[in-house]
Amino acid sequence: MSDVSIRVEHISKRYSLGEREPYKSLRDVMARAASAPLGWLRRKNGASFNHVPADFWALDDVSFEIRQGEAVGIIGRNGAGKSTLLKILSRITKPTRGRAELHGRVGSLLEVGTGFHPELTGRENVFLNGAILGMKRQEIERKFDEIVAFAEIEKFLDTPVKRYSSGMYVRLAFAVAAHLEPEILLVDEVLAVGDAEFQKKCLGKMGEVAKEGRTVLFVSHSMAAIERLCDVSILLDTGKIRCLGPSAQVVQIYLQGGQQTTLVWERTSTATEDAYLQKVYVSDEQGDALNYLTTATDVTIVINLCIKRPMSTLRLSFGLLDRAGQQIFGSTPGDCGEMSPTEAGEYRAMVHLPSEILMPGYYGIRVTLWLPNGGVLDSVDGMQFLVHEGVSLATSTPGGRVGLIAIRCDWDVIKTSKKIQV
Amino acid sequence: MNLNNPTLNGSIEGQVAPSLPVTHIRPPSPWPSLRIGEVWEYRDLLFILAWRDIKVRYKQTTLGAAWAVLQPILTMVVFSLLFGGIAHLPSEGIPYPIFTFTALLPWQLFAYAMTESGNSLVANQQLITKVYFPRLVIPLGGVLAGLVDFTIAFLVLLGMMLIYGVPLSWNILALPAFIFLAVLIALTVGIWLSALNVEYRDVRYTIPFLTQFWMFATPIAYSSSLIPENLRWLYSLNPMVGVVEGFRWAVLGRQGFSLPFFLLSIGVMLVLFAGGVAYFRKMENGFADNV
Repeated sequence: MSDVSIRVEHISKRYSLGEREPYKSLRDVMARAASAPLGWLRRKNGASFNHVPADFWALDDVSFEIRQGEAVGIIGRNGAGKSTLLKILSRITKPTRGRAELHGRVGSLLEVGTGFHPELTGRENVFLNGAILGMKRQEIERKFDEIVAFAEIEKFLDTPVKRYSSGMYVRLAFAVAAHLEPEILLVDEVLAVGDAEFQKKCLGKMGEVAKEGRTVLFVSHSMAAIERLCDVSILLDTGKIRCLGPSAQVVQIYLQGGQQTTLVWERTSTATEDAYLQKVYVSDEQGDALNYLTTATDVTIVINLCIKRPMSTLRLSFGLLDRAGQQIFGSTPGDCGEMSPTEAGEYRAMVHLPSEILMPGYYGIRVTLWLPNGGVLDSVDGMQFLVHEGVSLATSTPGGRVGLIAIRCDWDVIKTSKKIQV
Repeated sequence: MNLNNPTLNGSIEGQVAPSLPVTHIRPPSPWPSLRIGEVWEYRDLLFILAWRDIKVRYKQTTLGAAWAVLQPILTMVVFSLLFGGIAHLPSEGIPYPIFTFTALLPWQLFAYAMTESGNSLVANQQLITKVYFPRLVIPLGGVLAGLVDFTIAFLVLLGMMLIYGVPLSWNILALPAFIFLAVLIALTVGIWLSALNVEYRDVRYTIPFLTQFWMFATPIAYSSSLIPENLRWLYSLNPMVGVVEGFRWAVLGRQGFSLPFFLLSIGVMLVLFAGGVAYFRKMENGFADNV
């Protein structure tokens, strides 16, 4: 059982930022050629060209080995190279340098419900999605009943999935993926969507997969999930491996590394999706950025986002995280009757936290742009900040208050009788 | 990766299969290889994508499969009125509607297949950025979907020939070869267009224009005998000329199909096809990053 399953040697991936422009049009190319007819000559001579796209190394000389049957977690901040690594190992994109070897069938699950077609029925989508994930037709037929039972959608098998609730949709999509039987399973943060019960079910299924002796590579922002599923973890930092070892230790290092206060996050890489976050920061009520906050501060989270084309089902959500990255609560604009933005344009959303709910200590923020039918378009997770002690509800109890947050509840205390009845 | 290895199906739990297929990941090589065999391994996916395209199209339209018949019939009616009735173009002794319909069948197969495959990569960008499979499967699937429409419309042609009393010819046994050629041409152009479309989105707007222009350069509404003899070789560089002539020859037993010109267009096609696949293979490394 100690055979090598995945061997990665000096893998590097370069993106040139210029390449990430929406797309080239022939007109641009022709216009450039017309306005600078000698441009290509000059470039060939090695002279500097006006517009040299900056290079960006998403992965920089990454090497590691995973044995068969190991479940390995990959953690790191946004932009650390986690998704790029999975994309290279699942052959969606090629490395710029280096090489890798995978022993066994590879199944990759970078998104729940890839290729689902809304017009097709649940039954048809099981076959379509199964084939896309690399299953043979007989294999899907054999597991069909199991998949349907896992998804709990027996009654709606012949209904087009466009009529499914988002919960049903995600359950069906995950059920197909969960029944893949490759020796190597590459999983990106697919559990970020869906309700808590569903997430629990998925985690359980993934745990089973790992116990069956298959190799699992699992990217997640949830440290709890990583520690539960993975024996070993890899911490990536700006494209390099910062450490590799038992999950508990690596998670510890990641969390300690995260204990500088980050109150502002700004996009540094070019967006790949049609809706993306540009900037997220912690501010006061007026929207002015803060660089210091206490439990008494009225905190507002400002989210700048951009939508390039209308997306009628786009959802924006915000979550407050504890120091381990576990979500304390989540919130969406819909909670107070506001709509999530769907039209093209730039937006600023402001989340006003209820007064005095923060305790002294570290908190994190998660902002997610997602589509109910399975996809996270963009998310910010890595913001962690320290809340200092101030005069507030949280510090009002002598000897300190216990809990993740402080909530001022309505109490009714009334005297029901003057006499004590024994 | 070999997906066909039977020892791997279901024998994974607990023990490790004796010999695991090994996937090698390396930087893109400057020399493209065609790797057609890999496409064959993914034939299940190919067929299911083609099936999806057909199914979705018929589900989304009220008339469904009737469109496969209506499109060529309406075009035939218009051509018959304009070119047969008003302009009195010669149709070599065959009733004009049959004459033009026989040519419209391979043409619409070709035009549909070319358009679908030309737009296919961009239309399936969701798949390309999230799953691996040989990218050639996508334009191939687009081409296959056109064959279903063609089959339906072909039955209509047989019915029309019965009504007009036009006899079938034994040449019809050669028909599959011409169908294959029409698909190959569509695929060749489609592969080029789909790969270019990822890089330059203008391409999608040129496709309708290209289709229209190409149709008038093909003897559909008229007979190729109208082309001056000394220009025939140039005209025959358009490979669809060979297909359409071949169709009339195979179905109607009409003379005038010229083998040398036909071989010329096949030759042109094969060169373009090999070039298209090589270009596609070279570009596909960047599809996920650029689409």
